[in-house]
Amino acid sequence: MSEHIAPRKLYYMVFFGLLTLTLITWQVAYIDLGKWNTVVMLIIAAGKAALVGTFFMHLRWSASMVRLVVFAALFWLVIMISLTICDFSTRKNVQPWQHSAAITQPMVPGIKC
Amino acid sequence: MHNSQTQTVVYEQFDDRTQQHEASSLGMWIFLATEIMFFGAVLTAYTVYRNLFTTAFEVGSHLLNTKIGALNTAVLIGSSLTMALAVHAAQMGKRKLLMTFIASTMVLGGVFLYIKFVLEWLHEYHDGLAPGLHWTYAGPQSGHVAMFFVFYFILTGIHATHMIVGEGIMTVLFVMAWRGRFSKERYNPIEMFGLYWHFVDIVWIFLFPLLYLLGAHGAH
Amino acid sequence: MSSSEVANRPGANYLNVDYGIKSWLLTTDHKRIAWLYLVAITFFFAVGGVAATLMRLNLLEPQGLLVEPETYNKLFSTHGIVMIFLFLVPSIPAVLGNFLIPMMLGARDVAFPRLNLLSWYVFMTGGSIVMYALIAGGVDTGWTFYTPLSTMYLNTHVMATATGIFIAGFSSILTGLNFVVTIHKMRAPGLTWFRLPLFIWAMYATSIIFIIGTPVIAISLALIVIERLFHVGIFDPALGGDPILFQHLFWFYSHPAVYVMILPSMGVISEVITALSHKKIFGYHFIAFSSIAIAAIGFLVWGHHMFVSGQSIYAGLVFSALSMAVAIPSAVKVFNWTATLYKGSISYEAPMLYALGFIGLFTIGGLTGLYLATTAVDQHVHATYFVVAHFHYIMVGGAIMGYMAGIHFWWPKISGKLYPDGWSRVAAVIIFVGFNLTFFPQFILGYLGMPRRYAVYPPEFQTLNVISTAGATILGLGYIIPLIYFAWSVRYGAPAGDNPWQATGLEWTTASPPPTHNFEETPVVTEEPYGYDRIAEEIQVA
Repeated sequence: MSEHIAPRKLYYMVFFGLLTLTLITWQVAYIDLGKWNTVVMLIIAAGKAALVGTFFMHLRWSASMVRLVVFAALFWLVIMISLTICDFSTRKNVQPWQHSAAITQPMVPGIKC
Repeated sequence: MHNSQTQTVVYEQFDDRTQQHEASSLGMWIFLATEIMFFGAVLTAYTVYRNLFTTAFEVGSHLLNTKIGALNTAVLIGSSLTMALAVHAAQMGKRKLLMTFIASTMVLGGVFLYIKFVLEWLHEYHDGLAPGLHWTYAGPQSGHVAMFFVFYFILTGIHATHMIVGEGIMTVLFVMAWRGRFSKERYNPIEMFGLYWHFVDIVWIFLFPLLYLLGAHGAH
Repeated sequence: MSSSEVANRPGANYLNVDYGIKSWLLTTDHKRIAWLYLVAITFFFAVGGVAATLMRLNLLEPQGLLVEPETYNKLFSTHGIVMIFLFLVPSIPAVLGNFLIPMMLGARDVAFPRLNLLSWYVFMTGGSIVMYALIAGGVDTGWTFYTPLSTMYLNTHVMATATGIFIAGFSSILTGLNFVVTIHKMRAPGLTWFRLPLFIWAMYATSIIFIIGTPVIAISLALIVIERLFHVGIFDPALGGDPILFQHLFWFYSHPAVYVMILPSMGVISEVITALSHKKIFGYHFIAFSSIAIAAIGFLVWGHHMFVSGQSIYAGLVFSALSMAVAIPSAVKVFNWTATLYKGSISYEAPMLYALGFIGLFTIGGLTGLYLATTAVDQHVHATYFVVAHFHYIMVGGAIMGYMAGIHFWWPKISGKLYPDGWSRVAAVIIFVGFNLTFFPQFILGYLGMPRRYAVYPPEFQTLNVISTAGATILGLGYIIPLIYFAWSVRYGAPAGDNPWQATGLEWTTASPPPTHNFEETPVVTEEPYGYDRIAEEIQVA
């Protein structure tokens, strides 16, 4: 078989990397970075996911078609989230000529943008 | 073609083992792509409400036990390690090691589920933090905090369901390994299941910060 | 005899190799699985058709001739749910796709035959649950399940129906997965991507949509069930929920779903037009890429169903602009088909009649879609019969006519028999006439303001409604005729021979019906597809 067999040492290294990143993300959460907390947290999570995907799931040694499948799924996920958010985040964007009680009443009480 | 129990079976529709392996690998990854969209749909809804009710979601997140969440994250990462080592053992044709690592993965998965269901869910239910079943939180924006918990239970529930299915499949794989059905030439099911298990781990890697770490900082 | 000896006996084909119910219900042969789906979806088409009949009968009178409004709501919901999820979505993929994809690729079967059988059982499970819900009283949410009506205000069988559709959706996912892997990995030697039949390109694009889109509607329905079970207000404004969020999740799948319904038909039309004009298809690459483009852009336009929902105006603008873009690849196809017909040697058997009908009717449906994509127009015609006419032009005038074209084109291969040519042409014309009589008046009704999903209407709309119902009667009769002659042909039809159309394509190089493993030897492909110029030369020389 031509399937790649990774050395076990690599797996242990990835494991410790994952534990370290978990520790970091957990502790950084207690530092107040304002809205950057979420960004940092997601970047670290993406990094951990990349480690699992690349090494545990063998993406590093996989066919390019497989990587394309992963990319496609992530791409469409981003589309789904961003176009949906596009609606919610622009609900209060109204032109001056649109001002009227009916429109500026928010759909959902407590909305904040 | 079926030579002996440990020799490769190449199914009729395939020409050779390579084609079969490439097909099953591509198939499993496409299935994982559907899972990305499946969880992604819930995460889309979660993202919308998170942006609408940021403070309430932080309050809700703060009510979760972050230490237990972090512990569970480490447990699941550990199970991913043992799963990777199980695939490795299968590739090396080491039956007993393979069984050990499958069993370890099952145990760690079981620990995760125990922590999740008993130490967290049961606890949260008793504390009156289970919307629709037992909700007694009386702080401000109680309705929006409840929305956080709705998504908490849905996300961790769907994730846990995937783990339970995984435990079931691992039981089958363990028995197959015990019966000597895997070898250096024939370990595809182990590898394919490994992809599934790692994916379940990746989902949790995102759920942990999104659910537990939102409200870690800041005063309420 | 061993099973391979039976299969290799002379005269053995996939139909006569084994008899008995177990050989059908436990088959892993993609061709038999196609038959299993054919029987199932024909049944569901009848159920959806009965619902439509009752609706159109009711609409003969302004006050409603037949049923109470509550019942009418259940009728249109049933019609939509059954026709979309249980008929149109599986139709060409599960029947023609299953049968033809391995054959067109020169393969023995799909990549995962047992998964293929499982897909059918999953489909039957989901469909049965929907039928149970129907018999138990049905739902009246519309096929769109909008919240908070579906989650908070109705006592009908929402959860059962949603569960049935949820399960049936997995059938699509597994089928899409199977097709993508098959197309990537099981092609015969020499069959490069740009030698593939255009039907394969269309099925590939469809499968992408199955894979990416279906999980999202699964979650949408699951969230409805959760909200009904636990009363947790995910979409309840009083608890902070936003009903429009449901619509985003629902339409993220349901818009690409309409491309699932049309793309396979377009694939069929590409095959039929070129074969029956005996001319190489014009613009192969454009048609192939436009299929992928439709699938891709189709995921970007879902908000055009929500222009008046309360969605932000800016999001509406974005979705409107993107919706204009998605029309372009469809138009490319129509131009290419027309160019293929030009100076072709056209024969007017049933498949070609359906294909010509498709081109005209799909064009009308597609152009009226552009009207609807224009936000200013949609403000007025949203939720009117204009929308109903638009999508029926696409789904019946387009998708179903493509399905009929495909069934008529490949029936000789599938059954080994020929159907009566005269009756098939008559049925095609009846269907075309009946269809236009049914749905063209609905454009006018919608423009004049008649809302959709209404059991009653103002008296001034009666004439057009009566015309529409008359058309529906003719259309229904038109669909019954093929049922009769196809059944007749199985027993009494003339043997078809390997290639009655003298078409190119690997499926026509093997026997009709094909042997279980499709080909005696794996074919090797050395030529470009649609080599009709070469055939024409050979015929001239001969």
